[in-house]
Amino acid sequence: MSDALREEVENWLQRHWDSDNLRAVDTEVYDEKRWLSEVVDAGYATPTWSKAWFGRELSQREARVIEKTFQKHRAPGWGKDRFSLGAITLYKMGSEALKAELLRELLIGPICCLLYSEPGAGSDLAGIRTRAVKDGDEFIINGQKVWTSNAQEAEYGMLLTRTDFDVPKHQGITFFIFPMKQEGVEVRPINQITRESEFNEVFISNARVSERYIIGDYNKGWKSFQAAIASERLIMGMGVTARSGMSSHSKAPALLRLAHKYDRLKEPALRQEIAQALAYRQLNSLTMQRAVEEIKTNGMSSLMSLGKLSMSRIQHGEARLSGTILGPRVLVNDTEDARHANFDAAKAYMNSIGGGTDQIQRNIIAERILGLPRSNDVDREIPFKEIKTGG
Amino acid sequence: MEAFSVEDRQAMCDTFSRLLQDMADEPKLRQLLITESGFDQSVWEKMSQLGLMGILIGPEHGGVGGSLVEVEALMEHAGAYLYGGPFISTCVIAPTILSACSDESLAEECLRAITEGSAIFSVAGCGSSGAWDLPPEVQAVFVDQSWLLTGTADFVSYAAVANQCLVYANVDGGKGVFLVDMNENGIALTPHNTDDATIRLSSMSLDAVVARQVAGVGEEVMEEALQVALVALAGEQVGAARRIFEITIEYLKTRHQFGQPIGSFQALKHIAADLLIELESASSAAQHAARAIAAGSDDRKLMSRLAGFTCADNYRKIAADVIQLHGGIAYTMEHPAHLFWRRAQTGQWLYCSSDTLRDNYLAEMEKML
Repeated sequence: MSDALREEVENWLQRHWDSDNLRAVDTEVYDEKRWLSEVVDAGYATPTWSKAWFGRELSQREARVIEKTFQKHRAPGWGKDRFSLGAITLYKMGSEALKAELLRELLIGPICCLLYSEPGAGSDLAGIRTRAVKDGDEFIINGQKVWTSNAQEAEYGMLLTRTDFDVPKHQGITFFIFPMKQEGVEVRPINQITRESEFNEVFISNARVSERYIIGDYNKGWKSFQAAIASERLIMGMGVTARSGMSSHSKAPALLRLAHKYDRLKEPALRQEIAQALAYRQLNSLTMQRAVEEIKTNGMSSLMSLGKLSMSRIQHGEARLSGTILGPRVLVNDTEDARHANFDAAKAYMNSIGGGTDQIQRNIIAERILGLPRSNDVDREIPFKEIKTGG
Repeated sequence: MEAFSVEDRQAMCDTFSRLLQDMADEPKLRQLLITESGFDQSVWEKMSQLGLMGILIGPEHGGVGGSLVEVEALMEHAGAYLYGGPFISTCVIAPTILSACSDESLAEECLRAITEGSAIFSVAGCGSSGAWDLPPEVQAVFVDQSWLLTGTADFVSYAAVANQCLVYANVDGGKGVFLVDMNENGIALTPHNTDDATIRLSSMSLDAVVARQVAGVGEEVMEEALQVALVALAGEQVGAARRIFEITIEYLKTRHQFGQPIGSFQALKHIAADLLIELESASSAAQHAARAIAAGSDDRKLMSRLAGFTCADNYRKIAADVIQLHGGIAYTMEHPAHLFWRRAQTGQWLYCSSDTLRDNYLAEMEKML
């Protein structure tokens, strides 16, 4: 089966893709929309999806055959059923009418950003206050979102709003696919502690979205959102594997090279710390390998959810040790080593706060893997408008 | 390289686990703790009947020809029951040393005796430092056509129940390994009053004891022996850590205070989540090292050290923190937590200290520079 499939994809690519010039055959320049349309219509972008929606109803294993063949020819467009979050959510949770209107468009081009967190709703995401009020067959949106990457470029956003303030917090939420390019949407970059600006704030005032663009059902958005976030966590988990996998068998790890360069490998106490830091990284890499093996045999692995929390200890620890190795040189950003150490020390918080803080991650591990009971949320059952806020 | 199928390995482990459950559960273990030898002959005989003695020994000597992957898997089950006994010395370390022996008749004699269940081996691998990197202060001299050993070894496990002992010794101009019959004249054992009664250790003095040389075995083979010992111990530590961790999670779900299960409190949940990472890291390290050794990979020394200190330290951390997670109930002799915790301390020093192993690991890493 997989050989026949590989051959089919090879043949298709030979007829459609010019892998020397990295563009579709018979074209002069790479035209992304045009190329992606071809891939989507051939069923190679989302092979695991149903035939009704650009898919081939293939297994994950068969989908990998297609991905690998595309990668071999350096042809883009594969894996949209794994990485294209907006499209995946729409496919899983959207109405047939909405899919007919938007799904193909989302697959062939526009970036979709995530409008989830708010200044007052971080770890407690169900506490969002961005308001959606019905006006004819549209909704009027007012509120503020934060930690949104790609907000400038995005044509759509996956938007979490509150549509009912009189019911408990998980029950009054509606999930939209929201057009970004309109009056009333203002994007401001955030200056991060790394001196980068990957993320933005998005201010929404009296912007509009059609009621057709609700994902799932009105006031049932929390459920649709759970499906969306599950796809996102899976992608983050895979990212962890890819990064840590690379460092395990290549040449000497960066921290070791740094310690060698500054002649700090003769100090027994420091050796212990460096060895432990290297071990943490290698151990996580071994555990993620185990997770991948388990997924191959059982289709799932609870080990995957340990990767992100492990990575926090690794990154904070390595950054701190880099500073220790450099000594007072780390105070002055004149050398590349000092700049890296200082940047990494700040950047480590990206892993330990972003995508759910380490503390939230520990709750998830304790509750979903170890099966420990949920904490009592005092605001779980009361109407949203009665919840105490502050800060 | 991996002689057993996954199914065969699982079946063997299940059988071993049932045997331990029937014959070596906690009440039996507690009875054993107050005996002089700390050794249950009937369990040993059952293990022998199951073919476990020859796990690392080839069929040509009557064994089943398994690899360290099988050993690691078995040791996880042994660890869950805090099984103590001369299994690692007899069935893991001794076969590794004897298989490298260039005297084929001596190898056949000893390996055959192990698979038949008639030999119990101790290994005298260290002196008062407890570390196997150097031989104990034992000198071997060749006098009148025979080897004589004189000196003292320490932390020799289950020497009192062993009938054979492999002694790592200094020889004029080098190091060698010698086979000693424990009934020979000149051997004096002093059993230690170990804080962890689940493991028995003795100091062993030798006064011109007649020995046979395990020809062709020196430092290099002892390094291989240390690697298999570390990984077998690592597997045992993973099994023990998993068992006491599971007991603890169950307790967190059932013990109520302030009208709710104590496992709903984040202060305890977060400790539990962190311990799960330590547990799975240890498990990954032990399994990976076993595979590296079974495959003869170039990085097997590195991986054996990683497994050695990770499993020792993480088991210790888990065993210590679960006492705190339980609260008062685990501050009693009746509760099993202290048995696991004491055994964890033993593991931090057996064969080599975890700090030394960590330093070794870095030294191996430095070779990549």
